[in-house]
Amino acid sequence: MERILKRKKIYEKIFIILSLFFLSVSLLTLFSLIVDVLIDGLPRLSLKFITSYPSRKPEGAGILSALLGSIYVMIVMILFIVPVGIGAGIYLEEYAPRNFVTNMIEVNIANLAGVPSIIYGLLGLEIFVRFFNLGRSVLAGALTLGLLVLPIVIMATREAIRLVPNSIKEASLALGATKWQTIKHEVLPISLPGILTGIILAVSRAIGETAPLITIGALTYIAFLPKTPLSPFTVLPIQIFNWVSRPQKAFHHNAAAGIIVLLILTFLLNIIAIILRNYYTKKYKL
Amino acid sequence: MYFKRKLEENFIKFLFASFAFLSIFVTLGIIFVLFYESIAFFREVSIIRFFTEREWTPLFAIKKFGIWPLLSGTLLTSVVAILIAFPAGLFIAIFMAEYLSPPIKGILKPVLEILAGIPTVVYGYFALLFVTPLLKKIIPSISGFNALSPGIVLGIMIIPTIASLSEDAISLVPRSLREASYALGATKLQTIFRVLLPAASSGVISSIILGFSRAIGETMIVTIAAGQRPVLTLNPLVPIETMTAYIVQVSLGDTPAGSLEYKTIFAVGMVLFVFTFVFNVISHRLRMKFIKFYKM
Repeated sequence: MERILKRKKIYEKIFIILSLFFLSVSLLTLFSLIVDVLIDGLPRLSLKFITSYPSRKPEGAGILSALLGSIYVMIVMILFIVPVGIGAGIYLEEYAPRNFVTNMIEVNIANLAGVPSIIYGLLGLEIFVRFFNLGRSVLAGALTLGLLVLPIVIMATREAIRLVPNSIKEASLALGATKWQTIKHEVLPISLPGILTGIILAVSRAIGETAPLITIGALTYIAFLPKTPLSPFTVLPIQIFNWVSRPQKAFHHNAAAGIIVLLILTFLLNIIAIILRNYYTKKYKL
Repeated sequence: MYFKRKLEENFIKFLFASFAFLSIFVTLGIIFVLFYESIAFFREVSIIRFFTEREWTPLFAIKKFGIWPLLSGTLLTSVVAILIAFPAGLFIAIFMAEYLSPPIKGILKPVLEILAGIPTVVYGYFALLFVTPLLKKIIPSISGFNALSPGIVLGIMIIPTIASLSEDAISLVPRSLREASYALGATKLQTIFRVLLPAASSGVISSIILGFSRAIGETMIVTIAAGQRPVLTLNPLVPIETMTAYIVQVSLGDTPAGSLEYKTIFAVGMVLFVFTFVFNVISHRLRMKFIKFYKM
């Protein structure tokens, strides 16, 4: 009896050790990835690196056009996803009748979240670049990425609106406000932090996307700044990809320095989103 | 005044409804675009060649259009990924659900989620310039480009997806089952492996299928670290090419729209879309079945 118990204890120990092993492998990977990038890239990172155009000489190359291209695409994308994503979320939560069509839209949005990002690139290439004749422009890139992250904004909006107490809506309607007035003046201000979290998460996802933009034909080498939404462009992840795929070591160090900038941007956005979410759930769930 | 307000109300409702319907048009757009260009492709290259030829060389002088090398490449990296992510994700899920206290879980979960939020081009860099050299020390015969290294990194990337969805599934198993098992004298480990896991199995399987679908559709890691040589092989140590990497390869070149090369990426995209779609639907069905069963 005692021997059986002892064996069971050993099994449990093995299980815990294995779990801790897998857990530490994941965390160690994260750690070594960051350390590896820092060792390779930190010596290259300087103000000059951020303010220089790409170049054939690795020492003189920088990320100016890529970084500004990323920011430009993100701004245009936000202008697209904010009205459309929030509007769609409001419709599904407040206006839509509970019927077959609404159900279909909901299932469809969930499915879209699982479509590989490169497929969105093929969609953008055919529809935006060719059919609407936008060319390989900032606008085409922003719309393609916008469609990709739209489900994130819609789902975040719906969850945020659902948390608004019914009593507030009913009070507003009882005072004679119309539905849109109620949404505009009561529902949206209360759910704003939740919606904002969704938008920030969408941007943090989009800013790291490479494949769909390569597919629509964003250039890999650009030594000027995009002037209008119809200018050709490149983005930071594509610049990094371009440097990684060259054989010379010096370009790999440039890639690592670019990765540091990209990771800082991604982590900053995520931290802001987490802080917002914590503040928000504390305020309204209590 | 009243009319103006009524007009505004209806306008807003109509506008927002059209935004919601946009998602349907996106899906239809994807299906239409893939079909339209694929049909144009299959008019020039018979579908029989697509499924019977054993080589994929549309960019060469002698053109062969067999999808199998790209499929085997995709399968190879994805299987390596799931072989890593399945045990790791499941153990982490059980450990988090049954052994860790909520405050520690509260810290660990977001940290693991960072893994899923890192841009994939960064993972590609890591696979090519850190993991592959490391593997070369253990397996000297491995090529600079191979399926093993991006597969491992891909696996680590999807661990959080599998861990978090599996943990949700395990946590959904009713307390009564757990307590009944303990009351019968089962140990914690017996309860986990004989009661909780079988009860949560469809939820766990759903998370693994979703992880596999993610691995199939992932692009940058395999483009950077697996190579661009479509060969029909199951050897993870040699350069291969995945479906996604092929699309990138063609997009990087100057392929004129309407040419046969241009159409190939849509045919390949179609195959990719069908695979991920089928896996996503199976995963979703299993999860819904599971949730319905235990919520009632």
